[in-house]
Amino acid sequence: MTNPIANSAATFSIRKGGIRWGEATIKLWLRICTTLSLVTTVAIVVLLLGESLGFFRAVSPAEFFLGTRWIPLIKPSSYGVLPLVWGTTVITVGAAIIAIPLGLASAIYLSEYASDRMRAWIKPILELLAGIPTVVYGYFALTFITPLLRHFIPAIQVFNALSAAIVVGIMILPTIATLSDNALRAVPVSLRQAAYAVGATSYEVTTRVVVPAGLSGVMASFLLAVSRAIGETMAVTLAAGQTPNLNLSLLESIETMTAYIVQISLGDTPSGSIAYQTLFAVAMVLFIITLTINIVSQWILGRFREVYD
Amino acid sequence: MAFLDEQGQKNLAGRHRKARLFSLLCALVTWSSVLMLLVLLIRITMDGIGWLDLHFLTSFPSRFPEKAGLKSALVGTLWVILLVAVVSIPVGVSAALYLEEFSKRGRLGTLIEVNIANLAGVPSIVYGILGLAIFVRFFALERSLISGALTMSLLILPVIIIASREAIKTVPMSIRYAALSLGATRWQTTWHHVLPSAFPGIMTGVILALSRAIGETAPLILIGAASFVAFLPKNLMDSFTALPIQIFSWASRPQVEFQHLAAAGIIVLLAVLLLMNATAIYIRNKTEKRLK
Repeated sequence: MTNPIANSAATFSIRKGGIRWGEATIKLWLRICTTLSLVTTVAIVVLLLGESLGFFRAVSPAEFFLGTRWIPLIKPSSYGVLPLVWGTTVITVGAAIIAIPLGLASAIYLSEYASDRMRAWIKPILELLAGIPTVVYGYFALTFITPLLRHFIPAIQVFNALSAAIVVGIMILPTIATLSDNALRAVPVSLRQAAYAVGATSYEVTTRVVVPAGLSGVMASFLLAVSRAIGETMAVTLAAGQTPNLNLSLLESIETMTAYIVQISLGDTPSGSIAYQTLFAVAMVLFIITLTINIVSQWILGRFREVYD
Repeated sequence: MAFLDEQGQKNLAGRHRKARLFSLLCALVTWSSVLMLLVLLIRITMDGIGWLDLHFLTSFPSRFPEKAGLKSALVGTLWVILLVAVVSIPVGVSAALYLEEFSKRGRLGTLIEVNIANLAGVPSIVYGILGLAIFVRFFALERSLISGALTMSLLILPVIIIASREAIKTVPMSIRYAALSLGATRWQTTWHHVLPSAFPGIMTGVILALSRAIGETAPLILIGAASFVAFLPKNLMDSFTALPIQIFSWASRPQVEFQHLAAAGIIVLLAVLLLMNATAIYIRNKTEKRLK
């Protein structure tokens, strides 16, 4: 991790007095580039907070956070964000129910059972799945998964939460599989050998030794995948449609926070209008949720990591 | 088997059966993911291959599906990627060099490190909103090529910085000591020795980051890339469209013909992505051999 040269206080150039202007300029440039990342974060926070404050001058925070009807464009308008948060929650939970067991099973197969040759084939394929643009998954949901579901559930709508949840689940599965695989493989072989030596079967070794030992990495992969599902935009916009509601029905159209942001920006919203400001208020909620999950996941990695040598 | 009575024998057999079943289940799940990729690819190819021809690649979009093509989207995507590369590679690699070779580890360094990791996890649509407010509105760059490229650059910068740092970390310390002991300055060491050694690794990371930018749709929709552009952008301030935007706009129409156009567009998009990924893997394999 640490670079001893960068850390050392010693100066390696032999210079007597005077500054090397060329090097100083270059160093300044490098420093500016590095600072840019901090500037980006500050810009995001200031922007979202600032515009949201403007929004909250027109709409009370109580109505925004507790209201159950989201009708921002038609009068009489209502600005309760709960239906959008609900839409995101339904699809994320649905996707997690699909992707977490399947992803973990794939990770276990890759790290515990697959031969090296098999691994060399499957891992790039999973990475390929992870690299497919989300708009492609949206198309796949709309033209393949929904018609397929209709065979079994004729009442299902063209845009529905179920299809979106399934496709987002497929989308985040490779993330869970590859990251959990890395975490399980980091568990030292000696632990497995010890368990086998006292007569455990491969199932017992996996579920009682390997997975618990790599749990921090596995949990972090779940959280990362969930955070990706929450921020996921194009697939849910295409598959779930644009009807904000608080239903539990998976067969009807639903709107997520991200889909709403897309819907507004596809229309023509004048800057400064309330509709324009809702973008920032909704994005702020989205940003806070994903940031919290990411921070928790990093904390888990740091706090609960078992270090083996 | 003198150690176990009849009950013990039974238990043992049961445990082994459970283990076999479990391994089979895991294998089955994994193979179904592979199958899923196959279904997806075959399905899209079947939908789109009939519409994919030279006419499709060289025509502008149209209200009539049989006349429509993705010339403007393809050219738009190439422009965006070129601009994103020009902006994000120098800035990203510079930041990585600073963090690895120049900065002293301290509270600020840790802060920047945590910050970059978190930026990489911010949903792409939030970057779109940032681009809309800053580039489109504040700097009045309008819904132009340059707005799109700058927004995308911000989006992939954390990815490039993280990948470049990993590559720079693999350069052995001995190379730095050798250069420094001969009197090179820190920057001369970095520029003439560290950077060339880390170059292949950096390139792999950069290409993967750029291929992420190619597939991103949401930020471009936010900054207002149009879905119907019947001309090619001539300068940085022109409005533009891109492959994923065009695919999204076709896919969201109800007519079957447009769905097929979307599938044909997806084939082109995936072909571009595959080409870039293959290049990245080629570079990686080639350098791995050289280092051995």
